[in-house]
Amino acid sequence: MENEQMTAEKLLDIKDLAIEYHTDEAVIYAVNHVSLSINKGETVGLVGETGAGKTSIARCILGILPIPPAKVISGEISYYGKDLLKYSEREMRKIRGNKIAMIFQDPMTALNPIETVGFQIAETIKQHNKISPAEAYQRTCDMLELVGISAERFKDFPHQFSGGMKQRVVIAMALACNPELLLADEPTTALDVTIQAQVLEMMLSLKEKFQTSVVMITHDLGLVAGFCDKVAVVYAGEIVESGTVEDIYDRANHPYTLGLFASLPKLNATEKRLKPIKGLMPDPTNLPDGCRFYERCPDAKDECSKSSPQEVEIAPGHTVKCFFAGGK
Amino acid sequence: MPALLQVKDLKKYFKTNRGMLHAVDGINFSLEAGKTLGVVGESGCGKSTLGRTILHLLDPTDGQIFFEGNDITNPGKKELHKLREEMQIIFQDPYSSLDPRKSVSEAIMEPLKIQGVLSKEEMRAEVMDLMETVGLAARYENTFPHELDGGRRQRIGIARALSLKPKFIVCDEPVSALDVSIQAQVINLMLDLQEKRGLAYMFVTHDLSVVKYISDDIMVMYLGQMVEMAPADELFRDTRHPYTQALLSAIPIPDIHNQTKRILLHGELTSPINPDPGCRFVARCRYAAEGCPQMQTLEECSPRHFVACCRYKELEEIDITE
Repeated sequence: MENEQMTAEKLLDIKDLAIEYHTDEAVIYAVNHVSLSINKGETVGLVGETGAGKTSIARCILGILPIPPAKVISGEISYYGKDLLKYSEREMRKIRGNKIAMIFQDPMTALNPIETVGFQIAETIKQHNKISPAEAYQRTCDMLELVGISAERFKDFPHQFSGGMKQRVVIAMALACNPELLLADEPTTALDVTIQAQVLEMMLSLKEKFQTSVVMITHDLGLVAGFCDKVAVVYAGEIVESGTVEDIYDRANHPYTLGLFASLPKLNATEKRLKPIKGLMPDPTNLPDGCRFYERCPDAKDECSKSSPQEVEIAPGHTVKCFFAGGK
Repeated sequence: MPALLQVKDLKKYFKTNRGMLHAVDGINFSLEAGKTLGVVGESGCGKSTLGRTILHLLDPTDGQIFFEGNDITNPGKKELHKLREEMQIIFQDPYSSLDPRKSVSEAIMEPLKIQGVLSKEEMRAEVMDLMETVGLAARYENTFPHELDGGRRQRIGIARALSLKPKFIVCDEPVSALDVSIQAQVINLMLDLQEKRGLAYMFVTHDLSVVKYISDDIMVMYLGQMVEMAPADELFRDTRHPYTQALLSAIPIPDIHNQTKRILLHGELTSPINPDPGCRFVARCRYAAEGCPQMQTLEECSPRHFVACCRYKELEEIDITE
């Protein structure tokens, strides 16, 4: 296993990425110097609360940040040794939907309501492949069947599908060109648990079949446990802890990660009260100077408010951004 | 002593172009003071409609509702006004359930104003009291909802619901719009309030780990009907109905060593419009058999544990994990 990881080929390497949103009132520091790498065939979970910057990272990879107000301040996203951030829009269009695809959070709004689902899937296929309309039709039907929707529904409109089915259509569209990297932004948040289980099971089998790398953006730690190989915990635009799922679930070290796990209601719990993390995430327009988690941290010391901690590798591949990383 | 709330064969149908939509179809339960009934089910199963029908935000089609022993199924205008003091609701979405043009104190004061018993000064004192109770600092008195985060907004919703000192509160997915670290804060607040004020909650949610945590009894609904009801621990330990089994197995568990095998349901909810008599789960059930299309009756399989499945006794023999 270890050996496999050593030799695994890097697909995407994000270095020192910083994204700001400039509005009339203030500058929002959404992503603050994030580094993350994704290997071929690997699933990386990006976990964090609302407003932590998870979606901004994914949108930046795909080059669909709303610029302005968004602004990429620094960093590079290297994909096969080339920096995606330097690609022109024309070059990016060849990659988007073809090599890198995204599943959006809300299937109700991700589809065009006035085109049939078949047309929308075929559109992606035709955009990136030189094939005849008949072939495109055939591939669209195959994709629909693959995600468990009968090909007879090619000519149905999005409103004729239920939420779970719509999400399958969105997934079919994302997978239509057999991308190398799939960015899944809360793909099951809008779905019921039983439908979520169906969609996840399907994504797992498709992932294995096509050896797709996946970045799974979610706030659900339960979902990550069953789906991901690696996890990066995002807080206030920074990755505060990252490692394999075993590192995070068995040997979590950052106080924020520990707090997240403690605040979850457990199915086998006996205690009568939950243990919330006190306070709120800092305002991204006005981030504190020192450690971003200082105000909420149960183990904070004076030095934490003065300077920002560096990332420390406490075990191979397991990094923690805390002054007291590794020790307790 | 009669139960605080008793619901008998409650039905709520909606008229649609394609026929009658059976949103709530024959629900029975009773709830005692200071206890919590969790109601779980998928979207569209009628759990919110049930809560709203009990509160008379919707008029019941059939059945009876008793509150403290009195029949409140068809209250008069005055009686309803009085009932509103006793029964309140906390809404799901703290973003859309608050009037954007009312400040925090105005929002919390509104029910008191309508009640019209207290003087202006008394109301203000009461509002400050309530804000303290739900953990909103006094400096937020004149801020507006858009200036606050979801957790604080939901605290306003809770303060509003508490303002008339009700005995029973319907909590309609009160924490599902909140992040986990904030969710835990709000749940703890609700538990504290229940302890201090002896509130009874009907906690409507689709989040099964939250409901296990907060409930005394849990009711599982499927397409307007109750399929299983049991004390919280027992429901998870001794699950009888095939739907409940599938539902519980689908909860993602934040633990990499104890991943349970998911029971995958095929298909989705069938239409609640003019449903066939008989088991509504039959199309998705792994154990569907010949007898199933008949009307299911609720049976008490052990004390306080009810299940509506004609095959539950046979199913005990089958290993559900296979």
